[in-house]
Amino acid sequence: MSRETAFPSPPPAPSLTLSGIGHAYLGRTVLDAVDLSLAVGEVAALVGPSGCGKSTLAHIAAGLVEPSRGRVLRGYRRHGMVFQDPRLLPWATARANIAYPLRLLGLSRGERRDRAEEAAGRVALDAADLDKFPVELSGGMRQRAAIARALAVDPDFVYFDEPFTALDVALKRRLQDLVIGSSRAARFGALFITHDLMEAVRIAHRVLVMDVLGRGIAGSRIVPGEPGGRDDGDLYRLVGAFLADDPLFRHIHDIDERRVP
Amino acid sequence: MGKTMVRTILSVLVDRLGRVGQLLWSGWAGLAGLALFAALWQAGHERYGGFILPAPLATLAAGVEIAAAPAAWALAGQTALRAVEGFALAAAAGTAGGLAAGYSAATMRLARPILTVLLGVPPIAWIVLAMIWFGSTDGTVVTTVLVAATPVVFVGVAEGAATRDRGLDDMARAFGAGPLARLTTLGLRHVAAFLFPALTVALGSAFKVAVMAELLANTGGIGGALATARANLDVAEAMAWVLIAVAGLILVEYTLVHPVRSEFERWRNAARPWGVKR
Repeated sequence: MSRETAFPSPPPAPSLTLSGIGHAYLGRTVLDAVDLSLAVGEVAALVGPSGCGKSTLAHIAAGLVEPSRGRVLRGYRRHGMVFQDPRLLPWATARANIAYPLRLLGLSRGERRDRAEEAAGRVALDAADLDKFPVELSGGMRQRAAIARALAVDPDFVYFDEPFTALDVALKRRLQDLVIGSSRAARFGALFITHDLMEAVRIAHRVLVMDVLGRGIAGSRIVPGEPGGRDDGDLYRLVGAFLADDPLFRHIHDIDERRVP
Repeated sequence: MGKTMVRTILSVLVDRLGRVGQLLWSGWAGLAGLALFAALWQAGHERYGGFILPAPLATLAAGVEIAAAPAAWALAGQTALRAVEGFALAAAAGTAGGLAAGYSAATMRLARPILTVLLGVPPIAWIVLAMIWFGSTDGTVVTTVLVAATPVVFVGVAEGAATRDRGLDDMARAFGAGPLARLTTLGLRHVAAFLFPALTVALGSAFKVAVMAELLANTGGIGGALATARANLDVAEAMAWVLIAVAGLILVEYTLVHPVRSEFERWRNAARPWGVKR
């Protein structure tokens, strides 16, 4: 596998390429002419004001939504996905939830169990919590289980669709560190959708900014250093500089709640 | 390896035993309710006399006397068989139709007026029609039960299928699940929570309609025995037959429907705080 070639050394072929993606909901154009390419092992954060279509773009890239125009080229082997709400099966235990994609892959019961427990260990889920139902778990635990479910399939690419929006600040940081750590350990690339610029610069190699009206990617900025190896003070200053001086981020906090996402 | 295996099996066994115990313990509440009902019955008996309303104990004695006769068992078995036959057909037809309607809005729109018509026709009219079609046979009873019980199952399943969580569907698709895998791992599991209450209601109405159809179509069974008791003005025996019909229903419900349902509802129970369980 060419995954040995770590970013930022020149990657062989992109792991994900979107070209000329356009999409319309009920006749209203939400995305138009979006071009995007991610290198193997690259973690890219996609930011933009709410309602600009960044979630829709992730869903198109993951194959959940059929785009009206354009092409999606997936160079990776297998992807996982983490959504904003955990989307756990309410009737299944945490263990069975983590093993759910493995069940879809047709793995044997014993193998499913082993791999689910291994994935749970990677997100620091207690073995005692694995027999609990989602209703018995806290919000953070549920999202951990959702991340474990994505990691259980041994993906080389993961889609994160605003996964930590509903969590409090301390928990958010812990789970961000968890994503950074597992991305480094398992060497998966990721498309991380968020509207939190600080989250974006902590997690990603590169921050992509979506156009306010979904007309393509307005631009991108490479964040110096490797995720996990950066100083938080530097990152705060970087975000401050982005917001104060960089015209690319001018509309990042525009909110029009009348627009349907 | 063997040790952990034994431990897993043991913990599963203990868990299962605990849940059986919980079910049995919940029987006390049911018993208390029945005792209250019997007290009211006794009060009615003392007010109106033995001819209008025989005492519960006298009814019970008549019931025991009937139960001692093998012929009575054959009659009860006949009714139970017809009711369960109609119920099984209704469950199959209702589930298939309900799934189709829940997954396709067009089918739902087509089915809704048909359902209104089916529910609007009183069961007694169906008995008359079925008697013309099938004469005094099993077919009359089974058809009536089928027509009476199917809409209940249909509505329950259709509602379940229509209220499935589309977010979970998307999640499954993100992990590569095809339509069939989504139906078997998500759709049916969600529908089951709606199916079981509907089945309980359908089973109850299956027994009631079966007895009614037997009485009116004069096709034997408990309904036929009730007709004889009425002809003899034997109120105690008539009530004893009612008791037997109800006992049969309770038996099927608590040995079949409830255990299966509680297996499916474990996660709901887990959400309840201590002391509120059941």
